[in-house]
Amino acid sequence: MNRFDYIKPASVSEAVTEAARPGSAYLAAGTNMLDLMKVGVVGPERIIDVTGLPGLADIEWLTDGSVRIGALVRNSDLAYDTRFAETFPMVAEALLSGASAQLRNAATVGGNLMQRTRCAYFLDPASACNKREPGSGCDAREGENRLHAVIGFTEHCIAVHPSDFCVPLVALGAEVEVESLDGKRTIPLAEFHLLPGDTPHVETALRPGELITGLKLPAQAAAFSGHARYLKLRERTSYAFAVVSAAAALDMADGRIRQARIALGGVAAKPWRAEEAEASLVGAEASPSVFARAGEIALAGAHPSGSNAFKIELARRIVARALALALEGTPEAMPALPASPFSTLSGETSGVAHVA
Amino acid sequence: MSLSISLAINGRKHDVALDDPRVTLLDLLRERLDLPGTKKGCDRGQCGACTVLIDGRRINSCLTLAASLDGAEITTIEGLSDGEDLHPVQAAFIEHDAFQCGYCTPGQIMSAVGLIKEGMAGDDPERVRELMSGNICRCGAYQGITEAVLEAQRKLADREKPATGKDAA
Ligand SMILES: Cc1cc2nc3c(=O)[nH]c(=O)nc-3n(C[C@H](O)[C@H](O)[C@H](O)COP(=O)(O)OP(=O)(O)OC[C@H]3O[C@@H](n4cnc5c(N)ncnc54)[C@H](O)[C@@H]3O)c2cc1C
Ligand code: SF4
Ligand code: FES
Ligand code: FES
Repeated sequence: MNRFDYIKPASVSEAVTEAARPGSAYLAAGTNMLDLMKVGVVGPERIIDVTGLPGLADIEWLTDGSVRIGALVRNSDLAYDTRFAETFPMVAEALLSGASAQLRNAATVGGNLMQRTRCAYFLDPASACNKREPGSGCDAREGENRLHAVIGFTEHCIAVHPSDFCVPLVALGAEVEVESLDGKRTIPLAEFHLLPGDTPHVETALRPGELITGLKLPAQAAAFSGHARYLKLRERTSYAFAVVSAAAALDMADGRIRQARIALGGVAAKPWRAEEAEASLVGAEASPSVFARAGEIALAGAHPSGSNAFKIELARRIVARALALALEGTPEAMPALPASPFSTLSGETSGVAHVA
Repeated sequence: MSLSISLAINGRKHDVALDDPRVTLLDLLRERLDLPGTKKGCDRGQCGACTVLIDGRRINSCLTLAASLDGAEITTIEGLSDGEDLHPVQAAFIEHDAFQCGYCTPGQIMSAVGLIKEGMAGDDPERVRELMSGNICRCGAYQGITEAVLEAQRKLADREKPATGKDAA
């Protein structure tokens, strides 16, 4: 790890002033940042620790029914907040499917949004990687790329964004509140993470020195609370990143779909909202065939970026399956294995488990 | 740059002068405070061997910067027993053969203490396994670990119950 100066500001204005100086980076819990610093992927000269900032650790319900989540709320505290989990169950399920209990106890909302890709070549300073070192190339293209993108990638970068949390959030129209020396602004989460284009090192709409202060979920997002699921395929039962994942939510009226929300994880450099697939469901009577068609539409533009064509078919099916589970209704209690396809076999309460 | 932080570790106050802000909580405990019970497995958040409690919550000490912990209360495996009396989770690990080589065990035990405090597993072994999945055991002692966590949780719950009408707390 490189040496750095450690600064722990006591106010947001002090934090954004410090962060405006070159070579600075924010540190929240450090579960991604310290990991990257240890392997030499990042080497900030000045660490601005945001964990002491006042007023950023609350979940606040506003009078219009929307909710504001401070950037320092810990992932586990949000997932286990009863009102939040009842109102936005697929967000809670996604959070609990991510990382481990220890990591969720530490990880912050802001850090989760800003976490970097898990592409093995990005994480290895000896490899060529346009994201880590612009212009150096992309070793993933001819390398181990089973888990890389199938949507929205370019020859410059085929990495995916690894967050589970962001997938249901983008489906529900979340907004990111940010602040800098220039003032405050709000960025829709759908526009927050960027596709690689020819600048894969530019990953978010955040400007240098800008601090995430919170997230907002609109009141309308609560309309889906009765029919919402997150489903995540992993290469082991738990404690693994998604191969592909889907958030699916339905607003039902008399057996017909009034509105639908669908987003995919593990397929692109951003949490991927599938608006055309959502539109295909509006007014339809829920059925396996309309759900399968929604899966087709969601992946319409997909193609392999390497030896990962299998992810396209998996993603179609995970969309259809997540929709079918959403139709059955949000489970009364969080499943023992949140988001796991094993614990969500239709009609079974516990399903296949860790130990068969 | 030099930083001074003040921490309570296992109930004892420590004033630490850090000549280097890069020190993780794990390295602080093991290398500087002579508390090597907390283990280093991967040093990258992937194995759980370094699990300790900060202000009562289980976290991975390998991915926590010591400098950020001014004022925190840390509990490590060394602080769990009451003198010679083992903590119920420690006793249950022995009772249920919940380890073989023992390297992951301090992390498993601290994680189990955190899990029981969180109170989200109920008496469901499946939930215990899921919520212990951040602790890898290379020896594969998982069966015993799950049984130990469930039993320790029962014992701790019994202890909390007022046994004689007096408040046991
Ligand atoms: C072993 C392991 C498994 C994991 N598995 C999963 C998984 O399955 N699913 C999943 O979604 N995630 C997973 N994660 C990632 C985890 O969710 C992130 O590491 C965590 O959310 C980051 O939060 P943090 O507070 O620790 O951020 P930090 O590590 O402190 O920071 C991460 C980044 O965010 C920036 N940042 C932090 N806060 C702010 C802010 N307020 N404003 C602007 N920038 C900010 C930092 O500068 C840094 O670039 C895993 C991590 C590990 C180590
Ligand atoms: S896929 Fe992107 S992150 Fe991975 S090596 Fe290529 S440029 Fe780097
Ligand atoms: S040493 Fe911390 S998780 Fe492995
Ligand atoms: S007892 Fe050997 S690693 Fe768990």
